[in-house]
Amino acid sequence: MAKKPVTFMLNGSERAAFAEEGLNLLEFLRRAVGDLSPKYGCGQGTCGACTVIIDGETHLSCLTMAEAVQGRKVETASGLANGKVHPLQEAFMEHFAAQCGYCTPGMLMSAKVLLDHNPSPSRAEVIEAISGNLCRCTGYEPIIDAILATANTRRLA
Amino acid sequence: MAMHRGRGFASINYPIGMNLGGDPSQALVHSNPDGKFTVALSSIDLGQGMKSVTRQIAAETLGIPVADVYVDTADSDTGPHCMGSFASRGTHRVGNAVIQAAQEARAVMLEAAAEELEVDASDLVTDGRGNIHVKGAPSRSITTMAACQAAQFKQGRTVSGRGIFLIPLSEVDPETGEMTPVSCFAHAAMLVEVEVDDETGEVSVLDMQSAYELGRALNPKLVEQQLIGGAWMGMSHVLWETTEPYYPDRSHGPVDFNHYLMPGPGDLAPHHISVLERPAPDGPFGGKGPGEMCANPVLPAVANAVYDAVGVRIDELPITPEKVLRGIRANGGARPKMRLARAR
Ligand code: FES
Ligand code: FES
Repeated sequence: MAKKPVTFMLNGSERAAFAEEGLNLLEFLRRAVGDLSPKYGCGQGTCGACTVIIDGETHLSCLTMAEAVQGRKVETASGLANGKVHPLQEAFMEHFAAQCGYCTPGMLMSAKVLLDHNPSPSRAEVIEAISGNLCRCTGYEPIIDAILATANTRRLA
Repeated sequence: MAMHRGRGFASINYPIGMNLGGDPSQALVHSNPDGKFTVALSSIDLGQGMKSVTRQIAAETLGIPVADVYVDTADSDTGPHCMGSFASRGTHRVGNAVIQAAQEARAVMLEAAAEELEVDASDLVTDGRGNIHVKGAPSRSITTMAACQAAQFKQGRTVSGRGIFLIPLSEVDPETGEMTPVSCFAHAAMLVEVEVDDETGEVSVLDMQSAYELGRALNPKLVEQQLIGGAWMGMSHVLWETTEPYYPDRSHGPVDFNHYLMPGPGDLAPHHISVLERPAPDGPFGGKGPGEMCANPVLPAVANAVYDAVGVRIDELPITPEKVLRGIRANGGARPKMRLARAR
C-alpha cells in the first residue's frame, strides 16, 4: 500500500511520519507517531475516547484521515502538561474525575476547547461540551465539577 | 395525561467476597535498594482504587510514608495469586494479605535496624516518616532506607514478607443445609423519588438518598467516588442498558454506542450519600469496601418507586417506557399509590 509522508505540529513540535493510505489519525498517532494518549474506544465516532484538538477545535481522531493533518496543529492530552500539570489535570485529580482513566484524555481535550472558547461556562455548557465523551466509571459528576472548578480558579487568578 | 411522582426504598445485605472452592489472595512485599518498598499483587486496579488502598495499607503496616510504597499489579501470570478484582472482595481479602506480608517485612526491617543500632528489635518503633528509633529515645535512630540497605548490602538478608488471606470453602451441612459462605457483610439503604409520565411511559429519577455501611472507609474520597459512579451504573441498569431489548427480533438489538443506551453527563439524579463506618472485625483496619454494592440498591428502589407512582410492578430490567405503558394499559390506567405525597 502506498505510504504518504505527513508533516504536522504535535503539541508544539514539528513531527513527520508515514501514513498508509486510508489510515485514520488515531492509528497514525498511536502507531506511527507513538503518542498513546488518544484512546481507541469504538472506532466509529460514538465514544469520544479518541478526541484530539486540530487547529483549536475538537475532532474524533478515529474518523479523521491521517493525511488531513498535513501542515496543521494537533494537540493531544500528552501535550497538556507543560513543565507542570495543566490546571485541568490538576482539577481532575482534585475532584477524583478519573477512575479507570480510559475516557480521561478525550475528556481533557473537550474540556480544554470549551474553556479556550468560553472561560466561564455554565454547568449546562460543560455538559454539552462533554456530551460526546462516554464515561463508564465516574457518573460524570466529578468530571463536570472539575471542569467548572478549573474555570472558577482561572477567573479568580 | 399526567406526571406521577413515586418513592421507592430498597436495602441491601451485601456479602463481601465469594465461596466457590475457597477464596484466597496473596501479596508479596519487599524493599528495594533505595529503601522503598514494592508490593506485588495480581489484584488488578480497574479504577476502583485497589492500588491506592493497598498502598495505604502497606505503608501503615510497615510504618513508612505512603510515598515510599509502590504497588505493582503488572502481571497476574507471574505475580502472587489472587482470585481477582470482583465480588467486592479486593479491600477485604487483598488488604488482609498485604497486612500479613507487610508485617513479616517490617519484622525483618526492624531486625536489620536493631543490628545496626546494637539494640533489641523489640525496643524499636517507626515514626511513619521514614525513621526507626528506640522507644523513648528518638535520638537513637536510623532511617528505614539505611536499615534496608544495611540488610541488603551488609547483613545479607532480604527485607521481605509473604501474605495470604483465605476464606476457606464452606460446605453445606447435608442435614441442616447450614453453611457459612461469608464472613463479612456490607449494607446499604436507598430511597429514590421518580416521576413517571403516563403518556410516554418515561421514568425520571429525581432524587436519591442513600446510606452505606462499609466498614471503615480507608480512603473516604475513593469511597465517595465509587458511590457516585456506582449510582450512575445502577440508574443505567435499571432504566437504560440492555443487550436484549424487548423487540420482535434479536437483530434489532444494540450493536454499538448509538443504540446501547446509557445516561449521559448531567443525567445522574442528585445523590445524597451518608457513609456509616462500622469497622469490620476481620477487615484490614476495619475495611470492607463498597464494591458492587454501590450500584445495587438503585435497581429495586427505582422499581418500587415506579410501582408507587403508577401502580405498575415491573420485574424485568430495564424499566423501559414500553413496559411502563403496557403495564398502565393492563391496569386500565395509572394507579398512583402515594396519595399523601400527591396531595402535597
Ligand atoms: S474511538 Fe473515536 S469516537 Fe470512539
Ligand atoms: S474513568 Fe473510566 S471511563 Fe471514565
